[in-house]
Amino acid sequence: MKKLMLLGDEAIAQGALDAGLSGAYGYPGTPSTEIVEYVQRNREAIERNVHLTWSANEKTAMEEALGMSYAGKRVIVTMKHVGLNVAADPYMNSALTGANGGVIVAVADDPSMHSSQNEQDSRYYAKFALMPALEPSNQQEAYEMPFLAYEISEKYHLPVMMRLTTRLAHSRAGIKRRKVLKENELHKPENPNQFMLLPAFARKKYKHLLSIQEDLIRESENSPFNKYIDGEDKSLGIIACGLGFNYLMENFEAGKCPYPILKIGQYPLPRKQIEKIMSECENILVVEEGMPLAEEMLNGFLGNTKIKGRLDGTIPRDGELNPQIVRKALNLPELPSQAIPDIVAGRPPALCVGCPHIDTYKALNEALKPYGKGHVFSDIGCYTLGFLPPYKAIDTCVDMGASVSMAVGAADAGLFPAVAAIGDSTFGHSGMTPLLDAVLSKSNIVVIIMDNDITAMTGMQDSQVTGRIEDICTGVGVEKEHIRVINPLSRHHEENVKIIEEELNYNGVSVIIPRRPCIHVYAKRKRKN
Amino acid sequence: MKKDIILAGVGGQGILSIAAIIGYAAVENGLNLKQAEVHGMSQRGGDVQSHLRISDREIYSDLIPQGGADLIISVEPMEALRYMPYLSQNGWFITNTTPFVNIPNYPDTEKLMNEVNSIPNHVAINADQIAKDMGANRSMNMVMLGAASVFLDIPYKKLEDGIKFVFGRKGDEVVKANLKAMKAGKDFAEENKA
Repeated sequence: MKKLMLLGDEAIAQGALDAGLSGAYGYPGTPSTEIVEYVQRNREAIERNVHLTWSANEKTAMEEALGMSYAGKRVIVTMKHVGLNVAADPYMNSALTGANGGVIVAVADDPSMHSSQNEQDSRYYAKFALMPALEPSNQQEAYEMPFLAYEISEKYHLPVMMRLTTRLAHSRAGIKRRKVLKENELHKPENPNQFMLLPAFARKKYKHLLSIQEDLIRESENSPFNKYIDGEDKSLGIIACGLGFNYLMENFEAGKCPYPILKIGQYPLPRKQIEKIMSECENILVVEEGMPLAEEMLNGFLGNTKIKGRLDGTIPRDGELNPQIVRKALNLPELPSQAIPDIVAGRPPALCVGCPHIDTYKALNEALKPYGKGHVFSDIGCYTLGFLPPYKAIDTCVDMGASVSMAVGAADAGLFPAVAAIGDSTFGHSGMTPLLDAVLSKSNIVVIIMDNDITAMTGMQDSQVTGRIEDICTGVGVEKEHIRVINPLSRHHEENVKIIEEELNYNGVSVIIPRRPCIHVYAKRKRKN
Repeated sequence: MKKDIILAGVGGQGILSIAAIIGYAAVENGLNLKQAEVHGMSQRGGDVQSHLRISDREIYSDLIPQGGADLIISVEPMEALRYMPYLSQNGWFITNTTPFVNIPNYPDTEKLMNEVNSIPNHVAINADQIAKDMGANRSMNMVMLGAASVFLDIPYKKLEDGIKFVFGRKGDEVVKANLKAMKAGKDFAEENKA
C-alpha cells in the first residue's frame, strides 16, 4: 500500500479512524488543530458518519467525549496544552469514572511557546490523574499509538492521554496504514454505577484507580513503544522521551549511538528498564521535550549527582529541544555554522493588511484617549497582536475569556473605563459566562466582541456563535439598546468612535460588536463568487 | 543520498507549495521525507520556515541541525539570510531578490544584496519579475522551485509531475503557467550559478 504523507496531528487522526473511531471532539488550538480538521475532511470519516464538528470549548468537548464513551463507542478529544486546563475538571474526574468505549485525550504541547501563553507539559496532567500516556517520537508511532491506546483504555476502563509537541504535530512524513477496525456497537456500561461520582462511589473508584497503577507500569514495561537499546559504552546511559530520541540519534552517524538508550513512548515510566539503565550506567542523561518530568522522578527530592538533564543545566531548563542542544549535552563538538548577519531585522507576526481589527482598534484608541493607557483587557486570538505598535490598543492577555472577567473585576475595584476586547469564537468559548456575571453585578464595563465570522488565528475554523451573538447577549440580560453593531471600516471611523464614547458613558454593561469578515474569509468568498 | 533544505519566507508567500512539490517528487522517487512546517501565530505576516529533509536512509530529527542544510531556498532575501546558521559549508543559497516589506525597520536593500552576494554559493533571482513578465504573477514560488531544481538531485520530470499533482485541481491553465515558471527558474539558475 502506498504511504500517506501526514502531519503528526493527521497521523493521530488517521490512526484513531483506523482503530474504530466514532467521534472526534475538540476546540481549535495550535498545535492540536489539525487532528479534528483531518477527520472533518476525511472521506471515510464522512461516509462513516463519525462525529466531527468543533465544540464550544475544551471542557464541553471532553464531556461530550465521555458521553460517547458511556454509549460504548471509541472517541478522541483534542486540545492544546492550555486547553487541558479548561477541560481539567471533567478530565481529572474521567480517571475515576473511567471509560466504557475507548477514550483518547490527545493533547498537543507547545514548548518554546510558538503560539501559546505558557509551555506546560501535559505529561504532568497524566501523572496527576494517574492516567497512562503515550508520547510518539515520529509520525508512524503517532499513527500506531491510537490502536494501543484504545486497547488499554477498554482493558482498564480508563481514558488514555496521547501527548505530542509542536515539531511532531506540524511535521509531515510517510505513514503505512494498518487494517481498519470496525467501530464498536452502541453499548451502555455494564456497571450502572460506573459514571456516578457521588462521594461514596468516588472513594471506591479512587482506591481502584490506585490499585491498578502497578498494572499500568507492567503495561509500560511490555510496551512496544518503550525500547531498551543496548550500547557498549556504559559511562553514560540515555533516557530519551518522545522527540528527544530523534535529536539524540541525529547526532550519531546512521543512528549508531555507543551508549545504552532507553526510549520512552509510554507512561507511567517502565520501572524494570529504568532500574536496568540506572544500575548499569555510570551517568544518566535525561532528554525530554518539555519539562523535566522523568528527570525529577529519578532525581527524587534530594537529588542524584549521576543524573544530567534540564535540572543541572546540561540542557536548558526551558524551551524546546533541537539537535544542537542535545549535541552539546553529549559533549560532541559543535558543527561549524555561521551567525545570522546583523542586517537581518526581526519580523514578528502582525495584523494583516485590511484586517477589521485594525479599524476597531483605531476607533477604540481614539475613544479612550481622554483616559490614558491601561483600560483594555483582551484575550486570545489574532487581535492579541493589537498590543504591538502601531496600535498599542490592549493591555492584557491571560487566557480564553479572561478579557470579560478581568474587566468585571477591575470595574468592581473602581477602574473606569473598563473595556474587554474579545473575538467572536473566544466569546463563544468562555466569554458568555463572565458576561452573565457582569449583568448580575451590574458592572460598568464595555465588552467589544470583534466578530470576523471565523476562528482566524488557528487557521479559519467555523465559529460557534456566528449569527447568534446579539441573541446570546440579550439572553444573558444585556439591555437591547446597549448592544451596538458597528462596521469597522475607515470610512465609518467617526461614527464608530462616537458609538464607543456613548457606551463608555453608559453606567452598566454595554456590548459593541464590530462586524466584518476576516480579510482572508472575504477574499476567499470573493474568489468563489 | 541526503538533501536537507530550509524553505524560508513570510507567512502567505507560498513556501508550503514548494515543499509539497519537492516532497511529492522525493516520495515518488522512493526516498524518505520529513517536513516540519510552521502553523499558527507566525503565519500572520511573520517569518516562516519549513525544514524539508530527504534521504535514502532513515531520517530521525524533524529539524535540520544548524550547519547541516544543503540548500536554503527563500522567496524573500532578508528571510534567506535569517537561516544562515543552518547552511552547511558547501551548501547553496538560493533566494528571490524581491523584498517583502511589512516592517518599519526593513534594511536598506542595497546593503542586503551586498550581504547576499558575499555568500560563495548563491543564486539570486528576481522571481517576482520573471513571473510577472510571463503574466503569471502568482507563480513566483514556482520560479524559485525551478531555480532550486538544479541542486536537488531529483529528476526534473518528477517535479513536473509534482506540479500536476498539487495544482491539478485548479485546472490546466494553472498547471501550465506553473510548469513554465519552474522552467524559467531552472534556466536562470543554470546560467547564473555563481
